[in-house]
Amino acid sequence: MITVKNLNKSFNGHRVLENISVVFETGKTNLIIGQSGSGKTVLLKSIVGLHDADSGEVWFEDTLFNKLPFLEKKVIRSEMGMLFQGSALFDSLTVEQNVQFPLDMFTNKTNEEKIERVNFCLKRVNILNSNQLFPSELSGGMKKRVAIARAIALNPKYLFCDEPNSGLDPLTAIVIDELIKELTMEYSMTTIINTHDMNSVMEIGEKIIFISKGLKCWEGDKNEILISDCGPLNDFVFANSLAKRLRSEYRK
Amino acid sequence: MIKFLTLVGNYFILLKKVFSKPEKPSVYYKQTMRELVFLGLNSVGIIAIISFFMGAVITLQTAYNTENPIYPKYLIGLGCRDSMILEFSSTISALILAGKIGSNIASEIGTMRVTEQIDALEIMGVNSASYLILPKLVATIIFNPILTLLAIAVGITGGGLAGWFSGVVTPESYIYGIQYEFIPYYITYSEIKTVFFAFIITSISAFQGYYVEGGSLEVGKASTKAVVYSSLLILLFNVILTQLLLS
Repeated sequence: MITVKNLNKSFNGHRVLENISVVFETGKTNLIIGQSGSGKTVLLKSIVGLHDADSGEVWFEDTLFNKLPFLEKKVIRSEMGMLFQGSALFDSLTVEQNVQFPLDMFTNKTNEEKIERVNFCLKRVNILNSNQLFPSELSGGMKKRVAIARAIALNPKYLFCDEPNSGLDPLTAIVIDELIKELTMEYSMTTIINTHDMNSVMEIGEKIIFISKGLKCWEGDKNEILISDCGPLNDFVFANSLAKRLRSEYRK
Repeated sequence: MIKFLTLVGNYFILLKKVFSKPEKPSVYYKQTMRELVFLGLNSVGIIAIISFFMGAVITLQTAYNTENPIYPKYLIGLGCRDSMILEFSSTISALILAGKIGSNIASEIGTMRVTEQIDALEIMGVNSASYLILPKLVATIIFNPILTLLAIAVGITGGGLAGWFSGVVTPESYIYGIQYEFIPYYITYSEIKTVFFAFIITSISAFQGYYVEGGSLEVGKASTKAVVYSSLLILLFNVILTQLLLS
């Protein structure tokens, strides 16, 4: 479980996050949704410690993470996996080496054991016969899946995904969503996903928070989102004409 | 002024991170071997070519400026030797390497920054500064002195061949000249300078790349800054080290 309490963050005097408090539950896919520029990525990066919050607390279980010294943070970070918007695979390493990287850094496994684990992770995300390819030789969907394989290589307790569907076609996006949901349940991880993709929200949104202009405006699940009275949320969810028509029919 | 001090402060903060204890020495060892090839071995060709022609030009220019019969011909060899050892092998090679490996380091690390690869390392709990920069520093500090020795050897050879083929000096006079009053300390002086220059090139370029913000345009700018600042610092430290080591 990850608990965020009264988190504030600003850049050059411009307030990006204001007093955000939320609990992200274990074994669930927790979604942070909002428009582009609403502060989703800053919130996610503040939670994982890539940005230092101006004030507020980020708790990983019973540990106050954002106040820990650098070396102690590393212990919790070894339990994190993260999928970045652009996948962030290491360009100079092959698919196999990318997935093996955390195992090289943080385990004392033999080479055979590492390769076995790499192949297991790649098989789990349906990447077969691509071990020796470089990231530049992969499609967008494959890159995301390799990045997921790398993120789960060390059996993380926490999985963070920053816009996992950006740049993917709707079918591949659903495959990635399903994969993240399956892995979350399989490994009982606390998963936090940043997205503005409504398909993802409706597919895997077990717990959702909506952020607008740096403020948390709404919290609920995928069923409650359709009947919310929150104005900015409705503008976001029913942004296109088809969604607006469906809502009016749903209300009738 | 505050901006400059912030920059200097950030540089030393980065160095502190770079020299912290490595997570897994075996992984760092592998990285260092890789960097020895990328930054060291891959620079052998350009250093050899440039040194050869530098030696040739020094020989020809010395010959044309000492045509007076009162100057013995072996001075051409002596001039080429001392120029190569004292200045050209270390300083000019360092300036060339600042362009070659400095821009390479800044753009590699800068691209990793803007494509979130450095964030990915941090999330895993890896000290990204140390993992990315320390092997490069070690590799250049080990290999650049070897490149300097190569530059001296190739430069003096190039000078000899140019002198022989152009007929400005006989091989015997040239060989006598390069052996005349040889001071071994000059090699030590050149190698000490090279170690400092290697540190400057790698750390300044890595610093420029590590703190890039933005996109490909900023990576390009960081790469240019890396070459300019490294070159300026090489010239500044050349003066300081010469005063300290030769006075």
